[in-house]
Amino acid sequence: MLKDYYILMKKIWLAVFALCLSLPGMLHAALTIEITQGMEGAVPVAVVPFDSGANRYAPPEDVAAIIAADLARSGRFAPAAEQDLIARPSDISQVRFPDWRTLGVESLVIGKVETVGADQYRIQFRLFDVFRARQIAGYSLPASRDRLRHVAHTISDIIYEKLTGQPGAFATRIAYVISDTVNGAKQHQLQLADSDGYNPKTLLTSQQPLMSPSWSPDGRKLAYVSFEGRRASVFVQEIATGKREQIASFDGINGAPSWSPDGRAMAVTLSRDGNPEIYRLNLADKKLQRLTSSPAIDTEPVWSPDGRHIVFTSDRGGSPQLYRMSSQGGQAKRLTFEGSYNASADYAPDGRSLALVHGEGGRYRIATLDLEGGLLRIVSDGRLDESPSFAPNGSMIIYATESGRRGVLAAVSSDGRFRQQFSLSKGDVREPVWAPGEK
Amino acid sequence: MNMVKVMAVALAIGWLAGCSSTGGSKDGDVAVEDRGTAAGEGAVTTTGVGAYGDLSLESLNDPNSPLSQRVIYFAFDSSEVAEQDRELVAAHAAVLAANPQVTVTIEGHGDERGSREYNVGLGDRRAQAVRRMLEFQGVSPAQISTVSYGEEKPAVEGHDESAWSLNRRVELVYGGY
Repeated sequence: MLKDYYILMKKIWLAVFALCLSLPGMLHAALTIEITQGMEGAVPVAVVPFDSGANRYAPPEDVAAIIAADLARSGRFAPAAEQDLIARPSDISQVRFPDWRTLGVESLVIGKVETVGADQYRIQFRLFDVFRARQIAGYSLPASRDRLRHVAHTISDIIYEKLTGQPGAFATRIAYVISDTVNGAKQHQLQLADSDGYNPKTLLTSQQPLMSPSWSPDGRKLAYVSFEGRRASVFVQEIATGKREQIASFDGINGAPSWSPDGRAMAVTLSRDGNPEIYRLNLADKKLQRLTSSPAIDTEPVWSPDGRHIVFTSDRGGSPQLYRMSSQGGQAKRLTFEGSYNASADYAPDGRSLALVHGEGGRYRIATLDLEGGLLRIVSDGRLDESPSFAPNGSMIIYATESGRRGVLAAVSSDGRFRQQFSLSKGDVREPVWAPGEK
Repeated sequence: MNMVKVMAVALAIGWLAGCSSTGGSKDGDVAVEDRGTAAGEGAVTTTGVGAYGDLSLESLNDPNSPLSQRVIYFAFDSSEVAEQDRELVAAHAAVLAANPQVTVTIEGHGDERGSREYNVGLGDRRAQAVRRMLEFQGVSPAQISTVSYGEEKPAVEGHDESAWSLNRRVELVYGGY
């Protein structure tokens, strides 16, 4: 049953939950995730349910289930179904490796959740190489009740890194925009959630459109565009406090904010000089420096991770294509040549490739562009896919697509082999942006 | 006041004719163009200026006035104001030029295809095209502001050309009218 893991369009509901922390009149449904294209060659593993003993304060979360779901969502691992587990060890003395070899799993995770006080827990886990009968990792981590899910994701990150050699991106968050009709009126919300769609939090609700969220490099603030007051403004909002500041509100476009990697400047698109151009806005003194100067539309700036370059969309050559210039402005070099439409770039965290929207024959899909070799590779298969954003470890790209005439989010492995979909029970969700590093 | 009504009717006819001649004959187009030019010039340069001004403030709220038409549609990936809409823009320009206290917001919109911020760029380009036409015809830059919503505020929900063609548009929003 494990070898049969290639499951195209088979629906595995990993989280069918609606966390109705319903503040009156607000959308607050969790995103549910479904794996829409499985991956051949996913490594079979087993995550045994953690022993929580005779807990007086039973942990409210099934830690092992969260870890198994994370590993499955990565596309790299195929956790055995719980009913197929041949034993339930929680201690190293109870592990019999030959049994797990028979099951065909390469790695085994066991653990315990101990109660150390009211709403205070200690999670112990061990990761084993089944064939070598050897422990690869063993940790003990404290967790308060409301941090249990986060600590479970942190454990997934450790396991992922031990097994693949690359850091995990499970203990991260995503921000996105939701739009829905509430009591006959359009309502737009800026939300963030854990990378598995849980714990959605609303940062802003508006009757007017919201767009283009962008994370500060420290993950503490979001910049976004709001059309409140029937004009476009760029705001910066502190996530913890909700405090916000308007940083650009000129006549015309105030859009496409993108934070510099050092957090000191922001690239924005303004049309205050009569045409959409890219400007560098110094956040300390709000000084503006114009970086582009062409009669074309220049927009969607993104900084290279080393801060030296800005990639942007321009139709200076007749159709929208991606260009790269110095982050001080100056001459731009065209990067894309395939197809009539290439836009909305995001830099991979290692700076070696871009994710982008590639339009051809009336179809818009997500592609990656290798900046050294110039190879363009299409990784999504929708009709109107947009807004790609890399996970902080570069392993996945989250983007917006449509399903059943509604806006949903999808994530694809950077090589295009594995896909999953995030959807809401109601309304459209779009413009996902993956937060940087640890939260 | 009679003159005003004549102007209004002439404008309305001119505009309606323009609208209905999308695929029409060359003759029709020429006729529309001529009439529009004559009316426009008369209004701006001679006695019509005052007449247009008076007309505008009343007829901005008159559903039968051509000035109640405040949406201009665009072709795919284009910011060119179509021939048949130029007279309409000219009528709005005349109203605004004659009433410098009146302000207008030019809202640019696009269809849903492609990236969102690039569509904001396209909407802005459409709004700027209309802004330039208004300014060229004597409207003060101080009366005009622009905003581009890109694909964020579709007039029609839908995922085909019939919806898209109605969403690629500029809307003129008068302050107070």
